[in-house]
Amino acid sequence: MSVPSSSVAALRERFGDAILRHAVLSGDSIVYVQPDRSHEILAWLRDDPGQRFDYLTDVTAVEYRDAERPLEIVWQLRSLDRKADLRVKAELDKAAPLEVDTVCDLWKGANWLEREVFDMFGVQFRGHPDLRRILMWETYSEGYPLRKDFPLRGHLSRAEQTRQALAANPEAHYSLEELSIAEAFHELPDDVRERLRHGDRGKVR
Amino acid sequence: MTTRTVEYDLGTSGLDAQGRDLRVPLGVRRGDEEDALGGEHMLINLGPQHPATHGVLRLVLELEGETVRRCIPHVGYLHSGFEKLGEYRHYNQIIPLTDRTDYLSPMANNVCLALAAEKLMGIEVPERCQVLRVIACEMSRIISHLVWLGTTGIDIGAYTPFLWLFQQRERIYDLQESWTGARMTTSLTRVGGLMADIPDGWEDGLADFCRTFPKVLHEVDTMFTRNAIWCGRNQGVGAISAAEAINHSLSGPMLRASGVDYDVRKDRPYLGYETYEFDVPVGEHGDNYDRYLLRLEEMFQSTRILEQALGRLTRLKGAPINVDDPRVILPPKSRAMSDMESMIHHFKQVMEGVRPPVGEAYMGIENPKGELGYYLVSDGTAKPVRWRIRPPSFLNLSALPRMCEGALLSDVIAINASVDIVMGEIDR
Repeated sequence: MSVPSSSVAALRERFGDAILRHAVLSGDSIVYVQPDRSHEILAWLRDDPGQRFDYLTDVTAVEYRDAERPLEIVWQLRSLDRKADLRVKAELDKAAPLEVDTVCDLWKGANWLEREVFDMFGVQFRGHPDLRRILMWETYSEGYPLRKDFPLRGHLSRAEQTRQALAANPEAHYSLEELSIAEAFHELPDDVRERLRHGDRGKVR
Repeated sequence: MTTRTVEYDLGTSGLDAQGRDLRVPLGVRRGDEEDALGGEHMLINLGPQHPATHGVLRLVLELEGETVRRCIPHVGYLHSGFEKLGEYRHYNQIIPLTDRTDYLSPMANNVCLALAAEKLMGIEVPERCQVLRVIACEMSRIISHLVWLGTTGIDIGAYTPFLWLFQQRERIYDLQESWTGARMTTSLTRVGGLMADIPDGWEDGLADFCRTFPKVLHEVDTMFTRNAIWCGRNQGVGAISAAEAINHSLSGPMLRASGVDYDVRKDRPYLGYETYEFDVPVGEHGDNYDRYLLRLEEMFQSTRILEQALGRLTRLKGAPINVDDPRVILPPKSRAMSDMESMIHHFKQVMEGVRPPVGEAYMGIENPKGELGYYLVSDGTAKPVRWRIRPPSFLNLSALPRMCEGALLSDVIAINASVDIVMGEIDR
């Protein structure tokens, strides 16, 4: 059970110090890598003929209850040919900006997964083609819901949330440009036109 | 200012709540003046309240004539924060949350969570429990595929098979109800076992279903498989190659229709699936039609597995359904009411919950929609530090823009139907 995957030794040989440590938990091999070299290592794991981790099962993040511990980015890799799995992790210091290279260029499936990690944890993926919130709405301003400093019921009281929901302008949430209203742009009231020019799409004030 | 430049300006400026540039990728790009329509592109908003989007999915489509140039899905309308909620619940209390993610196959989700927690604790459940869980998973596969086939038929214009299929689905719901007491929110499993054994005579109901259900599938096969409209709407539509399907992290029928033979039941067996005889159908064209054939065949194969499991149930009559492990299983109620130690044990188990050791485990199972993975991280307390759902339909849907590029507007409906999404799981 506690024998690490053969990929661990191969990684150590190829990347040396960039492989920080490894563990075997519940039969799964986990490799901790230096965050700034994660992209290079993941690209090698995908392309090396001996590894062929062609399938990205999941990208996610883990924040521990212990505030001292770093935030972990987790890549679950799978080699469909070799029927092997590997979990790669990079630890990000929470005192520094949370940033890591995107793997969208390696696996297109990473696109939405990374957007979700950004949305829920606030991790910036360098080089991501379209890093927007995905589950929360774009104007959401309370923070990142899956962070441990985010209370279960949100930062705002129930009353305040209701007040804001009632005060929001739902039509502005349907960003007008999406709905082809541009045909009627000149007929819009001046203030609405001005707001749209500045990209204001109904942020709660 | 022409219409086009107005939209172009609208799509670029502004800051979002985090103070970053708001890059709305929705403004129509300046069209190519050479093309037939003089660069006129049209934006269509589909959903979130639309019968053909299978839930609250919103698609923004950029059309050139009737051809889709871009498709931008917007998800999150059903976001419920299940992963966050799970961090505040005991492991057994998370099981009702799993019902509500992929609500078309609740029993399979229950099984996955129990398996993940058991992997974390190093528990192996007894054989009768494994067989019952296999039955739960395969029943889920059948009802989920029935919903898919019925609604896809409606999307494409065939209403009758929908009624036949939902009649069959109702039979499984009746079985689920008599086993668990609920039709959809089953909460069937517990860490280390099951919430309840099947009631007396329940096997007969399932055996009856297995005997008569294939007949209905054959009728649907007659209606659809060689139907000119069905073939015309599905063949060659929404095709994606094997390499691209892997690169987009598709799973389940979506991946196999493209010719990639990856089924978690075969490649990383759990619950003793390696001891059942069944075939995994694999497509070759990766289009809607192959996905249809594949799911249809999967229902026949699931029936085959159910029949084998029923045979094993007879052999295992009266065997325990729960693991004999005081860390996870409650003592019998009669003991808890008469014996001091059992009462303390019962109290602690109910009040404090199951406590896995420090560690983490990823458990992936073959759900009807694809590979469902639950990734649990434990710090030794009764509540997980992180409960990550690897949602198959989320990843399958993320390839929708790729599949819709260059298709016709009417194809978008057919392609979206063939992806078999369930928004409860995508938005979680």
